Amino acid sequence: MQLAVLMGFVLAASSPLLNRWFGHRASFVLALFPALIAAWLVSQAPSVFSDGPLLLEWQWVPSLGISLTFMLDGLSLLFGLLITVIGACVLIYAGGYLKGHVDIARFHLALVAFMVSMLGLVLADGLITLFVFWELTSITSYLLIGFNHSNIEARKSARQGLFVTVAGGLALMAGLVLLGVASGNWSLYEIGQMESDLREHALYTPMLICLLLGAFTKSAQFPFHFWLPNAMAAPTPVSAYLHSATMVKAGIYLLARLQPELGDTALWVGILSVVGATTMLTGAFLAIHHTNIKKLLAYSTIMALGTLTMLVGIGTDYAMTAFVTFLLAHSMYKGALFMVAGILDHETGTKDVTAMGGLRGLMPVTATIAFVAALSLAGVPPLFGFIGKELMLEAVLAAEGFRALMLLFAFVSAILTIAVAAIIALRPFYGRRHETPKTPHEAPFSMLLGPGLLAVGSLSLGLLPALLGGNALLTSAATAVSGQPLEVSLSLWHGINVALIMSLVSLGLGFLLFKHWDRVRSHLATLAPVMRYGPEAGYEGLMNYIVRFSEWQTRLLQNGYMRNYILVMLLVLIALIGNSILLRHSPQLALTLDVQFHEVVVVGTMVMGAIFATISRSRLGAVVSVGIMGFSIALIFILFSAPDLGITQLLVETLTVILLVLVLFRLPRFSNLSTNLERIRDGAVATTMGVLIFLLIMTAWSIDQFEPISVYMIENSAPLAYGRNIVNVILVDYRALDTLGEMFVLALAAIGVIAMLKLRHDGTVNEGDKNNTKEPYDG
Amino acid sequence: MVKSGTIILNTAARFLMPLQLMFSVFLLLRGHDEPGGGFIAGLVAAGAFTLYLFAFGVSATKEVLRMVDPRDLIGVGLLLGMISVVPAWFMGQPFLTAQWWTIPVIDFKASTPLIFDVGVYLAVLGSVMGMVMALMEVDKDEP
Repeated sequence: MQLAVLMGFVLAASSPLLNRWFGHRASFVLALFPALIAAWLVSQAPSVFSDGPLLLEWQWVPSLGISLTFMLDGLSLLFGLLITVIGACVLIYAGGYLKGHVDIARFHLALVAFMVSMLGLVLADGLITLFVFWELTSITSYLLIGFNHSNIEARKSARQGLFVTVAGGLALMAGLVLLGVASGNWSLYEIGQMESDLREHALYTPMLICLLLGAFTKSAQFPFHFWLPNAMAAPTPVSAYLHSATMVKAGIYLLARLQPELGDTALWVGILSVVGATTMLTGAFLAIHHTNIKKLLAYSTIMALGTLTMLVGIGTDYAMTAFVTFLLAHSMYKGALFMVAGILDHETGTKDVTAMGGLRGLMPVTATIAFVAALSLAGVPPLFGFIGKELMLEAVLAAEGFRALMLLFAFVSAILTIAVAAIIALRPFYGRRHETPKTPHEAPFSMLLGPGLLAVGSLSLGLLPALLGGNALLTSAATAVSGQPLEVSLSLWHGINVALIMSLVSLGLGFLLFKHWDRVRSHLATLAPVMRYGPEAGYEGLMNYIVRFSEWQTRLLQNGYMRNYILVMLLVLIALIGNSILLRHSPQLALTLDVQFHEVVVVGTMVMGAIFATISRSRLGAVVSVGIMGFSIALIFILFSAPDLGITQLLVETLTVILLVLVLFRLPRFSNLSTNLERIRDGAVATTMGVLIFLLIMTAWSIDQFEPISVYMIENSAPLAYGRNIVNVILVDYRALDTLGEMFVLALAAIGVIAMLKLRHDGTVNEGDKNNTKEPYDG
Repeated sequence: MVKSGTIILNTAARFLMPLQLMFSVFLLLRGHDEPGGGFIAGLVAAGAFTLYLFAFGVSATKEVLRMVDPRDLIGVGLLLGMISVVPAWFMGQPFLTAQWWTIPVIDFKASTPLIFDVGVYLAVLGSVMGMVMALMEVDKDEP
């Protein structure tokens, strides 16, 4: 299975080839991959339902306890099926939507890679593996949102999404590490089996806050919700996939996954309920401001994500059932609606719902799909969305904390959502026919297949929840979320109760709101000045501040004068070394004057060279004096029987001289640029540095805290590494990884030097430079 | 600025360069047991080419190097370094574990550290030559 998922990356990489072979049918070929994975998941389902989680072990880095083990339980099964089934629909849909696009191969590549990352994320058992896949989804979604990279809005939105989710990812990493440390376990399955209670651990609060930050940013919870509507700059298939069914649900998945171990504390319930409810209301309220169909859907997705978070927060058995049902329902109708929005955009050339109308006759199939899916969104019986909403309301009614607040928010959100659903389903298809930029006609089969399937799913699961093992799947998923066995048995009719009455009232009010939508919107427009002070303004402000700060510190530190760089570096070194040597260790000065005459001579030559280098009035003189120092050092190496070091030092000195000769004549005239005061300052810094290094060497020499590793190296170099030259054995065997790193550093430095010289030479650097420095925040 | 050298330098360079290159290969191969190794050998080889460069100029040196761009040497060096990692993988041993094989007829110890060292050699040679030649080219075009 792991291999199958990893093969997905290979498949993603080969999508340009597939596009060349199969042309516009490549989408269908690629869709086979998620379809096969879905088939495998279905085939495993019976055993998961009856025997509990399925573990597929695969060690990755055993010495660090990192494994690529997959765990398949009800929750990951539900998510896995959503990802693969909707993924297949979206792939086929995208084939029609982007037909003939020059970059369709790149699109397929990113989409399949994203799908694989998402699958890995929900199947991962190891905390580290989970995090790796989490970050992969951030990166691939960045590529997808910024797909139209020639569009500045798309670039900006992609960057925003990346910043917000990756910043959250950083918090998540801290949280996962804390979780691993607190539980002493890096496997989710093992953590689930643990006897001890993590809720009582001292690290619980920081761990929870870090994990929640990660989940909230990913799932666009208030106040991080602003990136999601902006991400609508992506092509519609991406929105349909990432922003309805998958990526934004990753955070929800994480919450649901952790709820059995970390949930049900006052902190958990408080944060999740309040944040979830606030997000729900914010999303629903902001939705009706917009006439752009994708923005409408995006905000209603935020509303749904808020609902899901709230349900996980409530944490009762009832809420768990509601959670899994709502999750499934939402993924289906929202996926379908996004694809319908894409069809409308594709066929009419506009995204503005007020500019569309009377399309019912021209696009009957699309209209039907939109109608069914929107009914599910509104929560009208007999659609599956109705069951989801009923359960949600009942869960809120039965909640223990914050009931009044959540109930109010849920009720208002329901009204607003119904209005949104009506706007999407009725506005473009009924009423007077408007002129649109393109003449609309029915979409091709490939674009109708996906949304059609999802709409049929919404309808049939609503009528017959037990169909296709729906109940069994949800039972298993709810059990995984709550941590205790649960029985889910869904039905349309719950009898006449408070939830049903609330549903009916909200339905009426929602429809009323839809009728007066245009008027409401013009009233809302007066709020615009206030809305500008949202969290997004905070984000913009922070970003601008960061840019200004880095400009300031770049001007301060990177001013292009070599002497300033050296000064700064030395000062930092003095601070670090001085701190550690004077405050943590007492400096030692055990001088033993056991020196030979020739050693004195060599050191004397070196000192002379150093002195002459500082007072020399010609550059060549200074270079030669520094060279003398270098050669003396080589001599010292050889005297103390380190021929390799000696040879290296000699060669490096020689090369330095060669390089200096090459640049010598290009340098400005040798002159005194510093004032006297500066010279005194520089002298003081240099002297301090020298004294500190001297103290450091003396101290290091007299402390031996550890047995030197050289003994081991000397003893094992011939028998284990088959080499008698220990220096070389260290370089290529003991410490080969370090050497490899150094090779890369060397290569980078060389490429940098070459690039700088060539660019300067061509005179193109200035222009390119300007563009580059302006790029980060002008967009 | 750096003109082609005198007749003594030219003649010496022509004979010294092959010798230095041979010496560098010698240093590279003996490195595991005696003083030497990829880094030193790479520097010696770079020195050889630099001497030639000083004597005959950039275009002549490029001819000696034939089609090989020093920048490619850097890449090949890094690649060899990475390749030397792979055999340990197949043996199921940790990353970078050295593998040794004896080639029977000439009794030569082949090993991944040797491949690695060759990688170091090429990377060092490529880096130094790349920098020196870039500097020389800048000089050449500006009188």
